[in-house]
Amino acid sequence: MSPPGRDRLGWLLPDPWRRPRFLAVYAWLFVAWSVLPVLVAVLFSFNAGRSRSTWQGFSLRWYLSDPDLSVVHDPTLRGAVLQSLELAVLTMAVATPIGVALALGLARWRGRVSQPANLLMLLPLVTPEIVLASGLFLAFVHLYRAVPFGTPAQLLGHVTWSIPYVVVVLRGRLFGLGREYEEAAMDLGASPAEALRRVLLPLLAPAILAAFLIVFALSIDDFVTSQFLSSGEGTVTIPMLIYGTGRTGENPSLNAVATVMLVLSLGALALAGAALRSFSRRRGARASAAGELMRFEL
Amino acid sequence: MRAMPEVLGRGRRRRDRGPTGLAALYPRGFWQALAAPGLLWLVALFLVPFYAILATATGRVDPIFGTALPEWNPLYWQPDAFGYVVHELAAPQGIFRIVFLRTLRYVASAVVLCLVLGYPVAYYMSRLRGRARNTFLLLMVLPFWVSYLMRMLAWVNLLQRDGLVNRVLELTGILEPQRWLEGKSLTVVLGLTYGYVPFLILPVFAALDRIDRHVVEAALDLGASPARTFLRVTLPLSRQGVLAGTAIITLPMFGDFYTAQLLGNLQTSMIGSLVNFYLQGSTLGSAQARGAALVVVLAAMVSLLTVYYLVSTARAAREAER
Repeated sequence: MSPPGRDRLGWLLPDPWRRPRFLAVYAWLFVAWSVLPVLVAVLFSFNAGRSRSTWQGFSLRWYLSDPDLSVVHDPTLRGAVLQSLELAVLTMAVATPIGVALALGLARWRGRVSQPANLLMLLPLVTPEIVLASGLFLAFVHLYRAVPFGTPAQLLGHVTWSIPYVVVVLRGRLFGLGREYEEAAMDLGASPAEALRRVLLPLLAPAILAAFLIVFALSIDDFVTSQFLSSGEGTVTIPMLIYGTGRTGENPSLNAVATVMLVLSLGALALAGAALRSFSRRRGARASAAGELMRFEL
Repeated sequence: MRAMPEVLGRGRRRRDRGPTGLAALYPRGFWQALAAPGLLWLVALFLVPFYAILATATGRVDPIFGTALPEWNPLYWQPDAFGYVVHELAAPQGIFRIVFLRTLRYVASAVVLCLVLGYPVAYYMSRLRGRARNTFLLLMVLPFWVSYLMRMLAWVNLLQRDGLVNRVLELTGILEPQRWLEGKSLTVVLGLTYGYVPFLILPVFAALDRIDRHVVEAALDLGASPARTFLRVTLPLSRQGVLAGTAIITLPMFGDFYTAQLLGNLQTSMIGSLVNFYLQGSTLGSAQARGAALVVVLAAMVSLLTVYYLVSTARAAREAER
């Protein structure tokens, strides 16, 4: 194995195949740094007092019981939760079918236009969100004047942003499937539409389910597009609320709203991971939820 | 785990099997018809808005209402707004110049910090196997799905004057309690680092994970010290991942305005804050045109990075296919 001659970095990188103790400590410290602040924020959403830094006992006051300031009773907080949910559900319902069809089309279509089409699909993934959001804002101001700011404009923005993610999730599955199943179906007399509906789509069902959930999570977490396309008051989402009142907020109710958002998006993601995992298992491949989620997050 | 090429490359392709293959079974235009709604959507709500930015930046101001009048015909484009942006970028005391240089400083510092903090974690992760690796991966992926704003809110809580950070400092006596949230550059840079470092770790991890163990073993067997092996073999082989990761975090950082806003004040605002201010904070047509011109300049800069990133991942995907 490794020669005995160690130089200055040797203590840091001893033997590449031995347990890297220093690195392990560092890596776990890193994880603590990355996760603990959020956990503390969640913890203080259950604080009995008004402080966001002194623990005064456990209560659900900021979620339920406070008559004026809790998530359930404060109209601003409740409105933000409802707006976020409404947008996420609508985005999910619109973006996923469009994205699934686009993924199928792009995966099987070979022609001169298909390459630029692929590029067009990928571009939103690498465009800074502020550029896309500014563009949509100006387009809605000057061009698509029929679309009012607020929920309709926000919905169109979120869908634009989500379509490429759906395509990316679906595409991995499509390439893995190959074409044998459809060929067999058509050899046995299925029409193209039947082969698609009764063979391909059922095979892709877990990936489609995962795409629904991922779109939901993306939409819940989105800030820039929602902010640029909002019409004020009634269309404030949870991230917008955090942006607007994060600095001035005087009690943990904001933490409570943020925790609601966290639970919603992580819950959706956990389900998506489970769906993708069941798919891999059926196909005989080993996969972890984390590996599956990581695949398309870039 | 070939995450990157599978995502941004074109993925694995099967050859069409000539006229007897699947292509012949589907009617002409079947797949095109499926792709059409999505493509039309992206044209109408991605490409056209892009053009709307250009048209607004090169448009006029309505003489009566003072609103912006975008110029859709390139033949009549007005350079005024771009002139203003360029002037403010070039003049020594120009407002854009000050903010732009500040943005560059913050982004550069945060990217370096992300690399220094993130690379060892990715390296460690690439050497884990089995359950430990899956657990660690899950922990690394979690921050992706926690809203960015929530993660910043967490730090706003911690960094308040009577927040936990100051109290720990007071207890241990390392530092005097600080006013972290009142325009400190350090806070904003650390905030950016905290926000974006997970996005860097995964591509670096993917690159490190692809390295053939035998290559590293060979270097060691041939007498290279572990450190030399790392510097001459592992590090160069992970270059693609480092570059991809850097591009992935740099792109959104240039457009970020919320981190500096939540963790700082006007003294720490970034270029994104100016875009936000000019487009959202004012109804004046001239402000809107200037904001649009600023977006175009920002997008042009960023697109250089984007093109580089797309080209290099496509190349990596091709190599992986071989």
